[in-house]
Amino acid sequence: MAKGRVSIVVERCKACGFCVEFCPTHVLALSSAFNSKGYHPPHVVHPEKCSGCDLCGMYCPDFAIYGMKVPGVKYPDETKSEKAAGGEK
Amino acid sequence: MKADPHGVLTGTHFIDGDHACCEGALAAGARFAAGYPITPSTEVVERFASRVPTVGGCFIQMEDELAASIALQGAVWGGAKAFTVTSGPGFSLMMEHIGYAAMTETPCVFVDVQRGGPSTGLPTLPAQADMMQARWGSHGDYEIIALCPNSPQECFDLTIKAFNLAEEFRVPVMFMMDEVVGHMTEKVVIPSADQIEVLPRKHTRKSLEEYLPYGTNGDLVPEMAHAGEGYKFHVTGLTHDERGYPNMTPQTQDKLVKRLQNKIRNAADRICMFEEDRLADADVVVVSYGITSRVAQRAIDMAHERGLKVGKLRLITAWPFPDKKILELAGHVKAFVVPELNLGQMAREVERAANGKARTVLVPHAGGGVHSPEEILKAIVEASRC
Amino acid sequence: MLNVIDDTANPVEQFLRTDRMPHIWCPGCGIGTTVNSFARALIDSKVDLQSLALVSGIGCTGRVAGYVKLDSFHTTHGRAIPFATGLKLANPKLNVVVYSGDGDLSAIGGNHLIHAARRNIDLKVICVNNLIYAMTGGQTAPTTPGHATTSTNPYGTFEPAFNLPHLVEAAGAVYVARWTTFHVRQLARSISEAFQKKGFSFIEVISPCPTLYQRRNKMGDGLDTMKYYKEKSKVKNGIPTSEVGLTLHGEIAVGKFVDRDRPDYQSMMRAQYVEALGDRYVEESEMEFVCG
Repeated sequence: MAKGRVSIVVERCKACGFCVEFCPTHVLALSSAFNSKGYHPPHVVHPEKCSGCDLCGMYCPDFAIYGMKVPGVKYPDETKSEKAAGGEK
Repeated sequence: MKADPHGVLTGTHFIDGDHACCEGALAAGARFAAGYPITPSTEVVERFASRVPTVGGCFIQMEDELAASIALQGAVWGGAKAFTVTSGPGFSLMMEHIGYAAMTETPCVFVDVQRGGPSTGLPTLPAQADMMQARWGSHGDYEIIALCPNSPQECFDLTIKAFNLAEEFRVPVMFMMDEVVGHMTEKVVIPSADQIEVLPRKHTRKSLEEYLPYGTNGDLVPEMAHAGEGYKFHVTGLTHDERGYPNMTPQTQDKLVKRLQNKIRNAADRICMFEEDRLADADVVVVSYGITSRVAQRAIDMAHERGLKVGKLRLITAWPFPDKKILELAGHVKAFVVPELNLGQMAREVERAANGKARTVLVPHAGGGVHSPEEILKAIVEASRC
Repeated sequence: MLNVIDDTANPVEQFLRTDRMPHIWCPGCGIGTTVNSFARALIDSKVDLQSLALVSGIGCTGRVAGYVKLDSFHTTHGRAIPFATGLKLANPKLNVVVYSGDGDLSAIGGNHLIHAARRNIDLKVICVNNLIYAMTGGQTAPTTPGHATTSTNPYGTFEPAFNLPHLVEAAGAVYVARWTTFHVRQLARSISEAFQKKGFSFIEVISPCPTLYQRRNKMGDGLDTMKYYKEKSKVKNGIPTSEVGLTLHGEIAVGKFVDRDRPDYQSMMRAQYVEALGDRYVEESEMEFVCG
């Protein structure tokens, strides 16, 4: 069970890659989906490794992602993200 | 509201225009000045520096005029009434920030004690050659108000008026003195504080949620808030919308810049002050301002002794220019005689406003001294002949 | 029963004018990253937001003022510091932050920078240094290292760059630190420390400009630059500032270089007037009077 979870504001992301690179536990990767500006936002690939340290949030220049600690409660094993366009216009 | 008695040096004084201007500022409620030394204006802030620690307020001599002209605006947004003083070279340096004050609608006063120019020119001698610069010196379309005192007494009275106009219209006001008015010593009567009308800041009473920093409700002048009151507003020199947010589109530009212009032009009748005498049946009207108006008065009196029908129009407000008054007079006079300590600045305005209906005769003077009454009389006599 | 997690709880969000997002900064630009550290510092040091004012100049970093939900002032190029000085003197209760770029603060604003430091005006200056004039298209700045390519030095710069920590220390700053946008937590901590200090604090943040500085100098994108900062930075707290100059490919000395105490401008002013005038000194001006 992860200690933290990540929230992504897909439309703000400019795919700079800071969050992916500097997450200490490699929770994130750039997805193949697109937001409406044509950028690939990140998505969570290893949710169980998230510690909620919020380094992703600290690094993000676009205020598009943040992590938070979760008090040990079961929650759906998905990141919350707005609908990614992924191939649609 | 009435003036704060702490700042009012009630009594009869024998002081020069610079000193009287400082007292006017204090009487008007100015409690912050940022300055930079420049002849012949320095005495204004020197006096302020010595008065303000016992009145309550702050003076800081900044490292240059660029700093002084914006530090005073920071002080305004922090809640103070503020001003600076300078002369030609410093006035030139302040132009960007005069534009910033106009754009952000920061109420404040810029005192220019005019001296010979251009460039370093004649630091200790008079001119009136910054008049166009006062109006057009900064880039872009904007309006300012400019006042011209012609005596130390007026340096006191009109400085209060300058601050009041600045607050009423949220605009930088140019106080156009000249070296002679600044350095001449005359009787200045400062009344008691309860006889001095001072306009408070147009501060908003709206709630934090409702307040729009540049919103207007029919009135063209928005309400102001100060930093630290919880409004969390944004001020920018970029073209902005009613929220104060940058909005760099032609539509917003049109709306904003025209409002900045109209808030002054629509009120021109109220803002334009002048002193008039014998205009009704005049053949010639002498239009003058500042120290030149004192000499012109003598010339006008001499013309009257010769039986000439000469009227006087002394500009107390130089900007906005009293177009209507000039046009009205142009309908029935032969000519305007415009003596000024420059090679033709306000004379152009007179000519423009007269719209071809009367001649405009410039009596120029390159600066460094004042006209002789005879020079002006000669022009009056010639203008009367045609 | 599931606990509902408040997903609007991004700590930086409360400080943003969210109605103006997304911002104009380029992908990989570090300015937004510095704002996260700034927000973190505001939270950690429990600064009263109502009495916090932020003043910026012109340039990419200057746009910070427009994006933060504080009393904020986007002033003229180079003149954020004197504006902030007037603001602080008129209302000493305000906490005044100057947030601006290297060109704005050290070129056109250089005179104001050194005088405010000399006077020890109580300002917290955050200088985002991307080594270039970014907004206007990538011209040489006083901080651009030698042999860099810019639009006004298309054959390479040949001027030495300012060593900003050294400059402001010499001018009199009481707190001088430098970090890069890689050092997000240390930067937040430095900003918090600056809030605890009275006097002129200067925090330089080296930041990528992938669109101009990095691109013209073939240094990759924002992420490459962040990795470069990670590799090339060395934390050297307390080192003499004369030794922290930057070169095109050299080491980046980061850390807290200066942390000293001396009376700030307003304390000195007050002391002087009290000594000269005693009881006759009137300190507070009637701000309420201005509003009637």
